[in-house]
Amino acid sequence: MQTRALPYLLLLPSVILLGVLFLYPFVLVAWQAISDDAGQLTSAHFSEMLGHWKFNTAFKNTLYLTLAVVPIQMVLALYMASLVTGMKRGRDAFLYIWTIPLGISDLAAGIIWLSIFEQSGFLNSFLVTFGINEQPETFLGYQNKGTIFLAIALAEIWRATAIVLVILVAGMGLIPKEYQEAAEVFGASRWQRFTKVTLPLLKPSLQTALILRVILAFEVFAVVAALGGTNLPILMGEVYQWQFVLRDPNVAAAFALVILGISILCTLVIMWFLRTPKGATI
Amino acid sequence: MMKKTALAAALTLGTAVTGIQTANAEVLFWSTQAAPIEEAQAMREKVLSGFEGEVDFQPSETGPWITRIQAEATAGSGKIGLIGSLHGNMIDLSDNLADLSDIDTTGVNGTFLELGKLGTDQQKYIPWMQATYIMAANKKALEHLPEGADVMSLSYDELIAWAKNMADATGSPKFGFPAGPKGLKHRFFQGYLYPSYTNSMVTKFRSAEAEGAWNAFKDLWQYTNPGSTGFSFMQEQLLTEEVWVAFDHTARLADAFNQRPDDFIGFPAPAGPTGRGFMPVVVGVAIPNTAPDMDEAKALLAYMTKPETQIETLRATSFFPVVDVELPDDMPASVQLSGAAIAAMSGSDDANPGLLPVGLGDLGGKFNAVYVDAFERIVLGGQDVREVLDDQADSLRKIMEEANAPCWAPDAASDGACPVD
Amino acid sequence: MNVDGTSSAMRWTFRVSILVLCAWVLVPIYLLITNTLSSPEEVVSFPKKVWPSFNLESISFFINFAGVGQALWNSVLVACVTMVFSISAGAPAGYALSRFDFRGKSFYRVLILMTRAFPLPLLALPLAVLYIRIGLDDTILGLALLHTMLALPFAVLITYSLFSGIPVELEEAAWTLGCNRFQAFYKVIFPLVLPGLTASAIFAFVISWNEVFGAAVLTIEHRTLPAFLLQGLDQAPLHLKFAGGAVLVAPALLFIFLVRKYLFSMWGIANR
Repeated sequence: MQTRALPYLLLLPSVILLGVLFLYPFVLVAWQAISDDAGQLTSAHFSEMLGHWKFNTAFKNTLYLTLAVVPIQMVLALYMASLVTGMKRGRDAFLYIWTIPLGISDLAAGIIWLSIFEQSGFLNSFLVTFGINEQPETFLGYQNKGTIFLAIALAEIWRATAIVLVILVAGMGLIPKEYQEAAEVFGASRWQRFTKVTLPLLKPSLQTALILRVILAFEVFAVVAALGGTNLPILMGEVYQWQFVLRDPNVAAAFALVILGISILCTLVIMWFLRTPKGATI
Repeated sequence: MMKKTALAAALTLGTAVTGIQTANAEVLFWSTQAAPIEEAQAMREKVLSGFEGEVDFQPSETGPWITRIQAEATAGSGKIGLIGSLHGNMIDLSDNLADLSDIDTTGVNGTFLELGKLGTDQQKYIPWMQATYIMAANKKALEHLPEGADVMSLSYDELIAWAKNMADATGSPKFGFPAGPKGLKHRFFQGYLYPSYTNSMVTKFRSAEAEGAWNAFKDLWQYTNPGSTGFSFMQEQLLTEEVWVAFDHTARLADAFNQRPDDFIGFPAPAGPTGRGFMPVVVGVAIPNTAPDMDEAKALLAYMTKPETQIETLRATSFFPVVDVELPDDMPASVQLSGAAIAAMSGSDDANPGLLPVGLGDLGGKFNAVYVDAFERIVLGGQDVREVLDDQADSLRKIMEEANAPCWAPDAASDGACPVD
Repeated sequence: MNVDGTSSAMRWTFRVSILVLCAWVLVPIYLLITNTLSSPEEVVSFPKKVWPSFNLESISFFINFAGVGQALWNSVLVACVTMVFSISAGAPAGYALSRFDFRGKSFYRVLILMTRAFPLPLLALPLAVLYIRIGLDDTILGLALLHTMLALPFAVLITYSLFSGIPVELEEAAWTLGCNRFQAFYKVIFPLVLPGLTASAIFAFVISWNEVFGAAVLTIEHRTLPAFLLQGLDQAPLHLKFAGGAVLVAPALLFIFLVRKYLFSMWGIANR
């Protein structure tokens, strides 16, 4: 069999697609970030970006938000996936309920969570109706950056945990039941079975879920704009701002390259940490 | 195999679909205005249905709107026949817009027509509709007005006192300001605050008077709903009564006026030491060079400025006509309430109207950012007013010099770039 | 994992966890529905009621809105084509990544992720220019190709991680039994990765369904539902905002409901 050529043949359709639809426009946009109007290489756009007073805040906010949201989503999704595997009846129904947020766009999620947290929203209605608060509170006011951050993190956890869940559930389905049973025979506790059997075997799926989630977290935008207004600048928001409001596509492209840079960096780190050593595959 | 058939099916789908559309000869009207679906529906059913040709009205967010126009310009061919947007969005499209000098513009507001030249000697856009910023209040707020203050001719000091009274009486700030991501707050600083305190928009950016203006605004901000940084359309917060008194432009207050006309009043923006600064919001229509059918597009454009069309547009969008028309009596509540406020504002003794920025080219966005950044740093960030103004003035000076834009009202005309003292 | 034989305390934690998590997911959805089925006055009232008044004014506005049907149909078409494309281009790549060692493997894995790591609004401009030039502009196919690009990383990586979980021995056994490579794949491996393909399909569908920016730029007469509805939704009065959100969410939920059982079709190799 022509094994040497086969992998490349299998990759070909996706490579053609990416080459035309992604690499071509990407190179054009990336070039804008590093060249001036005369077509000369320049670092002026990057210095303008780095020198802008919002850059550091936006950069930090994006990282903090990712750090706050992704680990919780991973743990929560793992927990949900193991609950699903432990069910005898109703698996379908519960898994369906838990994957519902998957179908909800980030714009819609922003609208929903704003209706909860806004001053005349559901949370305040609840607090006032039950006499916990006398006056509705302004949760999303500009002085309460912490509350805004928390609200955005909650909304993101709500919206995007299902992505991780579906990937993990699909992966867990492949773990042979004998492994669990064998471990049980040897007297492994539930927790031991989970950490010694399930987790290692789930590594490829965990890696995939983590990488995708982190990358998507760096691009978060609509939910932050809905709940945070102008209070919580993030990198993706700055891309929009420079491209469509300030109308400086060069600096917008520089911001985009920063997002790309940290995404690739994180991907490589995750790929290295969760690598499956050769020969350890089942 | 499966793949091939699917691909083939999809390809036929694609070509079948392309086949259909070449048969249409309608004018594609690509607009950032009248985007909310109920307004879009009114545009299609009420405003554009009277045009003898076919129109396809497609509203869009600013991002896709700009991207599509730029793409058609770069590709050198396109589908869009007519574009409609705010003056600020037209500025940097100037090179791609056809000259409209041969359109009959009798009756169209001359000042706006001049704006529509975008600093060139061609008519780049034709004014389509206008709005302006006014104030709106829940009638509950009126009892808290400071002694002796007339709501139809407020000063900034009285507004601050009023906001304070309301906050003291109700326990929460009841003044609202659209400082959210889509709020048009830059126009407030450029056209209202600065002219009212400094009689200038650019030249006196870092003057002592400007410092006073920002300090006054900081006072007002203490009694402003802290959620304001998320507000972009004050009609919502007026209806939920999160705020009782708000500042916004007429189209963004319309829903509150129309839903509960008996509960709200509209009144002029406040006055400062140098008069009652105010500024119009102008929306224009233009034709890109790549329009597939230039004549039909021009016919539609001419139709848009007809008095009857302008009245229907007002009903549909709450934006006011740019031509002289007699408004019929059966206009919606929003038109009557905001109309009265506008009349009182422009007719006041201390009226100090300003113009939208002109001649900035693609620096219009950065010009606005100077004011917005000053707001975020001074008011939200609590930075020192003097330092921020000095710092932002440097950026402003650079922009004015790079664009080489002469001053506009209320600043006195200048030779060469408008100076920043 | 078996619940039998564990203490009743464990059983209760198990049940309570499940219910709490269901509530966590469902309450916000319920609030969206409540707002959608309330009258415009109730939506802006305070404190808000927890029971909807089943006022259908807002929702019927959308259903009767001219063009919604066509936009819905366009959305379904684009999403289905996206689904087919992303699986037929993604699954072979996922298989290649899991079964072969070849030069450029790591590079490919990073490349495929870059499409999700670079902001689409910036790519949209050069893409639109390209589309206009080659005649793909304003077609279902053109938009579906863009959405395929966005869904591809999901399809490739999910199938990759699943193929990696299937022992090569299983395939080799099939070969020794006289299957060729294709038959071995089709008869042995394919059924095992069906859940993964379903997951990829769900992602492809949902990504395409909810994508707004590309759709708003690249389609005009063939607008998809989000491009058609979401334009200006945040400027719409509150009650229409919520109804618009609900109208958009419903079809996606129906789709996930229809395919959910395939996610489980082969739950555990040993269960076969």
